[in-house]
Order: sequence, then structure tokens, then C-alpha cells
Amino acid sequence: MIRIVLSVLFLVTANVGLAAGGGENLEHADANVHDMASVQRGAAMFMNYCHSCHSAEYMRYQRLAKDLELTEEQVAENLVFGERELTDYMIAAMPEASEQWFGKKPPDLTLTARSRGADWIYSFLKGFYLTEGGWNNTILANASMPHVLWELQGIQRPIMETYTDDAGQEQTRIAELEVVEGGKLSPEQYDASIRDLTAFMIYLGEPAVLKRESLGVWVLLFLVVFTFLAWLLYKDYWRDIKK
Amino acid sequence: MATPASNISRQLSNAGEWIDRRIPVSDFWKKHISEYYAPKNFNFFYFFGSLALLVLVNQLLTGIFLTMFYKPDAASAFASVEYIMRDVEWGWLIRYMHSTGASFFFIVVYLHMFRGLMYGSYKSPRELVWILGVLIYLVLMAEAFMGYVLPWGQMSYWGAQVIISLFGAVPVVGETLVEWIRGDFFVSDATLNRFFALHVIALPLALLLLVVLHLAALHEVGSNNPDGIEVKAKKDAKGRPLDGIPFHPYYTVKDIFGVGVFLTLFAFVIFFAPEFGGLFLEPDNFNPADPLVTPEHIVPVWYFTPYYAILRAVPDKLMGVILMGLAIMVLFVLPWLDRSKVKSIRYKGLGSKILLAVFVIAFVRLGMLGMAEGTWIETIESRIWTFVYFAFFILLPFVTKYEKTRPEPERVTK
Repeated sequence: MIRIVLSVLFLVTANVGLAAGGGENLEHADANVHDMASVQRGAAMFMNYCHSCHSAEYMRYQRLAKDLELTEEQVAENLVFGERELTDYMIAAMPEASEQWFGKKPPDLTLTARSRGADWIYSFLKGFYLTEGGWNNTILANASMPHVLWELQGIQRPIMETYTDDAGQEQTRIAELEVVEGGKLSPEQYDASIRDLTAFMIYLGEPAVLKRESLGVWVLLFLVVFTFLAWLLYKDYWRDIKK
Repeated sequence: MATPASNISRQLSNAGEWIDRRIPVSDFWKKHISEYYAPKNFNFFYFFGSLALLVLVNQLLTGIFLTMFYKPDAASAFASVEYIMRDVEWGWLIRYMHSTGASFFFIVVYLHMFRGLMYGSYKSPRELVWILGVLIYLVLMAEAFMGYVLPWGQMSYWGAQVIISLFGAVPVVGETLVEWIRGDFFVSDATLNRFFALHVIALPLALLLLVVLHLAALHEVGSNNPDGIEVKAKKDAKGRPLDGIPFHPYYTVKDIFGVGVFLTLFAFVIFFAPEFGGLFLEPDNFNPADPLVTPEHIVPVWYFTPYYAILRAVPDKLMGVILMGLAIMVLFVLPWLDRSKVKSIRYKGLGSKILLAVFVIAFVRLGMLGMAEGTWIETIESRIWTFVYFAFFILLPFVTKYEKTRPEPERVTK
């Protein structure tokens, strides 16, 4: 009977992939939120390239300082710009201006790693390419955001290919992107940088993740010992019942 | 011996008697715990009753702490949940205990109900135990649905929109009814506020009352067991069931072990997979509710999806709602659909075994289809399993009446 229940549970959880699977071909981010140096580099990148337009309105600068093992002075000097106080929520420096420039309020980034996923962020930041009409993106077509990291990555152009769709029509699509003009970073360095940024955004989505998993190990250890003792007690009490 | 120790114990027992003359504490303890004789052959499936109680207590306690920080206001609800997750000391743990607890509640309750189906625990004299249980299940569904609306994310909002609009299928008064439930012309602050009230006061009270009645009814007739025979039928000279053992200490100590296993699994999810791959906390619910942006893919949380699949299987909205309602309501008459002479699946015929197995597959498969996007082929499959779901209840009286059963044992086995 236990076997039946387990197989039913397996069937149910086997569906997880089906439920959570996205349509796009996302690259695996491979970002590690427990790599503190990576998260710190990602935080610096976020402050320099993202935070002037994007808020993280549920997060305080102070929390960042504590979790990223930085002194409050380091945060105040390196991460917090403008008139902000350390205890403030992370509100973008110039949201109105960016709304005017791009026609749309840049979305809040606090929970993007949780709503879109780490792989999505990573792939999105790798997916910018330049056309005659301006910047576009393979993951989020016609995104109003320009490629703010182009100085680092350089400029990518799409290589198109033709294929036949289900209806038998010839269609064109992007086969791959190629860097036509190099940036400050090599492609490997660029990937590593946005991997850092992704790691930081995983942290930003759930600051408790650092404590959660390290504490979890101890909780599980305790419960395993507790359960073993409870089992011994149960066996002892039941000695005269089971014949 | 007049040692100080016995002096103290005499005083304690005097105090105990003093209380007992005024309120029957020790009678209660004896009747429901220390002299409640439970069959000695309970197996794995008999853990889920006490575990359901544990999860209920978990939801109540964590819920109390969440209400201290949560704001039932459309403008600040979402932010208040993130506040709990970030700024409240241990808030993240309490929130995950509550959100994971909701899903575990249904896992435990579904296994508890499956146990009842397997061993015929709904059959005479336990019809009311079963009916009260189905009522608990109904209230639990309402409780879970309203709780899911409170974080006010996209899935909260649009899930509420879809589910409430189902009442619009009711002829004539449908639209009025929907407005009355929402308290507005669309899902709004008014809806959130009343759902909060129902979630934290009305439904938990109803739930607690029903749980008390469920246990009172159970303790009146006594527990069933995997053999489906009445242990009260064979008693010793002192009137104690031969195959019964006192609930305390035997089952209390056994249930503590069950609690240990359960908490280990529960803690694993809380600490290492609180979203459970998007099943317990859906990705889109990390976007604040936006009445202007409809998500591409609105699905309820996993524990509702079997019924959601039945709803979607029917092309007509009203018929879909009726069929979905019927799928739950039919559980109430189950005790009278089973005409078998024996209770437990162990002694029923092959027909009953096949029926139950196919029913479980249909339920699980419908649950999976309810999460899917609803392509035409999935709709066809949903219709087949919906048919199978109802076929179980339609065939049950005939199969159980005419199939050949094996004789029940005199005493419990193993």
C-alpha cells in the first residue's frame, strides 16, 4: 500500500516540470546565491547599471549591508546613491525620467527572480541585439529597455534562418546572436558578470534564502534524531502488543 | 509512609478531585484518551487523522502571527507579505510554515479520505463520522481558497476572479450573487477585506466545531480498522475489546513517531523547496495583483485542480459548475452507495479493488490535467476521466451488491 501511495505522489510531483516549464529556450543561469563574492559583485552591478531606473521597493539598503557582510559605511559609500538613507527602501533614483524616456515605468525588480526565474534573467541579459530599429531582445521581444550593459558586452547582431512552420509557410527566425563589436568584457567575462547579477537578484527576491538553507540542515538533523528516538520509544511500548 | 513526596502527591490528587467534582476533566481524559480502546492493527494510513490535527494547529498558530503583520487592504496587502518575508523577525519561517502547511493539509486529508475509502470507514455505524469529515473538507476548501487570495498577487486576484465568477452561472440571480460575494463590481479591496474576515474568523471557527463533532462521533462508535471488523464485538470479562488497546500510551507514542516523520518531510519543503517547483507558491503570485493584466495561464493551486479539470471538461458553464459541485456532493451519499456485506477492501471482491484503483488514477490524472493549459486533447482526456470519476459512484452499488466477498476474520489480523 505504501508503494501505491509513493507512486501516486511521484506521479503528482512528476507533473511539476510540466506546470513550471516556460515556452522560451532559456539558458541555464547556474548562478549560486550562496557564493557571497558573486552576490556582492552582482550587488555592485545592480547599483551601477539597474538601480538608477529600477526600484526594489520591498528591500531596504540596510538589509543588504547586513546580509552581504558589508559595513554600513561600505554600503553608504558604494551602493547607496543620491539622497537616500540607509534605512530607506530601494527606490530608483530617477523613475519619472526613465518613464518619460522609455514610455513605460521600469518594473520593480525585487521579486523578478521569483516570478520569472533566474534562468530568465540570465537569458534576458544575454539576449539583446541591435537592429536598424534599435535594441531588441530574444527573450522579451520589443522590450522597451535598451541594452544598458552594451558597453560591457558589445553589440550583438542576429543571424537569421528560414524554416517551415506547421502550416507549411516559410518563416524566418533568429538562429543565434553574434558579437559584431566587442565590449569591455570578453564573452566569458560578460557571462560571469551577469551570472553574478542573477545571483544577487535571487538573493534580492528572497533575502531569507541564505539563512533558510543553512538553518534547514540543522532542523532536519534534529528531526531525524527526534524521529529515531520516537521510533525507539514506540517499539519499546509496543513490545507486548505485537506478537 | 509519610514522606514529603507522598504528601505532595496526596495534595495533588486532592486538588484533582476538587476539580473533578466541578468539571469532568479526568472523565474526559479517560473517555477520549486513556480508556479509548482503538483496534491494535492500525497501519500506515492511520497516521493521517492525528497529522491533520497537527497541521490544523500549525495553521492556527502561524496564522495568528501572520495576522499581526498582514494588512487586509488592496493597496498594501502584497507589500505587507513582503514585509513579513524581509523585515519581521522569523517572518519568512512563519509564512512558509503557513503556506506549506496549506498544501500539506490537503496531502494529509486526501490520504485520510483514501484510507476511509479503502477500509470502508464510512459504512454503518460511521456514516456521520464520514459526513462530518466531508463537511470539514468543504470548509477546508473554502478556507484555502480565501487564504490564497490574501497575498494579493496576480494568481490570488485572477484565481478569485475565475472562482467567484462561477457563481454567475446560477440562472436568474447569478450576476447579483457574484456582486454580493465580491461586494463590488469586480474583485477589489472590499473582496479582499471580507475574505480576510472569513479566513481568519468565520471559517476557522466552523472548522474547529466540525473537527470536535467529527471526533465526538468517532469516539461514540469507535474506530474502524484495516480489517473492517468491529473490535467492540469481542470483549473480555472487564468489558474491554480483546483487539483494542488504550489510545494512550500506545497510539500517542506511535503518533509521535508519525509526527516525527511528517515534520521531517514538512521541514524539508519549508527550508529547501518552499515554492515546491511552483506548485505550493506559484511564480505569477510574486507579481502584485493587477486588474488590467490578465495572466496567460490561470490555474488554481494543485489541491483544487481535479475539480477544475471537471469544470473545464464541460463546454457549458452552468453544466460544468453543476458537475463540479456534484463531484464533491456525491461524497455525502457514499455510505449508502456501498452495499457490500464487508467493509474493508481486503475482503471485498476484485470488482471493488479495480473500481477503487481506477478512481484514484482518475482523481490524480484529473489533478494533473487541471494544471495543464487545456488543449483540445487534454480536454478530451479530462472528459474521459470525469466519466470514470462518476462511473465509480454509479457502479459502486451494483459491484458491491453482486460481487463475491471473502469472509471477514473473527479477530483482527497481524
